[in-house]
Amino acid sequence: MNAPDVSLLPLFLASILTSNILLANFLGTCSFISISKDFKSSMGLGLAVTMVIGICSAICWVVLNYLIKPLGIEYLSFIIFIIVIAGVVQMLEMIIDRFSPSLYMALGIFLPLITVNCAVLGVILFLQIRNYNFLQSVVFGFGSGAGWWLSIMLLAAIRTKLDKNNAIPAGLKGTGITLITIGFMAMAFIGFSGMIAVQ
Amino acid sequence: MSPGRKVFNEGLWSNNPIFVQVLGICSTLAVTNNLSNTLVMVLGVTFATAMGSFTLSLLKDLIPRKVRMIVQVLVLSFYVIIVDILLKAYQPAISKQLGPYVGLIITNCILMGRAEAFAAANKPGLSFLDGIANGLGYGWVLISIAFVRELLGFGTLLGLKVFGEGFTPWTIMVMAPSAFFLVALALWAANIFKAKAEAKAKVSKPKAPGTSALSGAASPAPAKQ
Repeated sequence: MNAPDVSLLPLFLASILTSNILLANFLGTCSFISISKDFKSSMGLGLAVTMVIGICSAICWVVLNYLIKPLGIEYLSFIIFIIVIAGVVQMLEMIIDRFSPSLYMALGIFLPLITVNCAVLGVILFLQIRNYNFLQSVVFGFGSGAGWWLSIMLLAAIRTKLDKNNAIPAGLKGTGITLITIGFMAMAFIGFSGMIAVQ
Repeated sequence: MSPGRKVFNEGLWSNNPIFVQVLGICSTLAVTNNLSNTLVMVLGVTFATAMGSFTLSLLKDLIPRKVRMIVQVLVLSFYVIIVDILLKAYQPAISKQLGPYVGLIITNCILMGRAEAFAAANKPGLSFLDGIANGLGYGWVLISIAFVRELLGFGTLLGLKVFGEGFTPWTIMVMAPSAFFLVALALWAANIFKAKAEAKAKVSKPKAPGTSALSGAASPAPAKQ
């Protein structure tokens, strides 16, 4: 099967806006809800997720096409991808710790969590199913990460106002109202879908 | 209450993975616009959670703390691969529709959450029951959401037509936002119900019976991703 005929810029924009990994594909919702309480942490986690997804999609593309496919071990791909993700996260942790302790202080606690963030594995499984070529995979990876980052920043900004509001019914406070907010954001992002159509 | 019944009570209601722990809503919201896909997904998650908790509870004394996370993920992905292969063999159409979401059971927070919060501190048999209870607790919420979404979004249930020709499908129910709204509404209803039950319990009994060590071990969910 050949790579789909998609040029890079539309793919990048589509992965940020129209098929946003979070608002359209529901990936990475758990950490999204728990971390978005705090604006600064959202920034850190968003940056970390973007980096990890971008790097992992590049590595996983190579692993998929030069290791998994030639050996015919597609049935092991989940395990291999998870190991790659865990390895990248560990490496990134060590590199950041070595070269930028201040960044490590900011990102440190989020990095281990990213291993089990479904957005990372989700992006990699998407690029496997859609058969992207190397450049498309990297662009799709960074774009999806950036889309996740954008939506967590937007939600964190909304929540800093929202959590001060006392008019919310008690039963809806916290997670409930956050989910409804995400629903409205998803509706707003659907508005972009006429602009670029990339699957 | 016997430990087994307690585990089920917690998984299905008082410590429901979706309403209380807010885990596992990540990948699976995407499959709830279709009832049969949801059923398959729920079975897959229940199987993987139960078997994963059972295995990890057996292994808990052998795993060094430092590599615990990665061992947990590997054991869980082993069971998810079994689910994936079974689906591909017996339900290829559904497997295709679910796409990446079968593989994403690995990173479903319920699996890791139960492995961390329950299986790490309890016996294998009980951990197995806990996995089943949490899978079902997650299942009934998802199935009710899928019921509403498929009924209103397509006018069908399990692919069978329910409404007559005059029915106009609610397109929003098929799309992403409705999943968020419905989960929020379900959460709201659960919270109201719970608040009422608590108020009632307070009137009849001034002091609730002390929670046992079991619920203490089960309630925090550190592996919230």
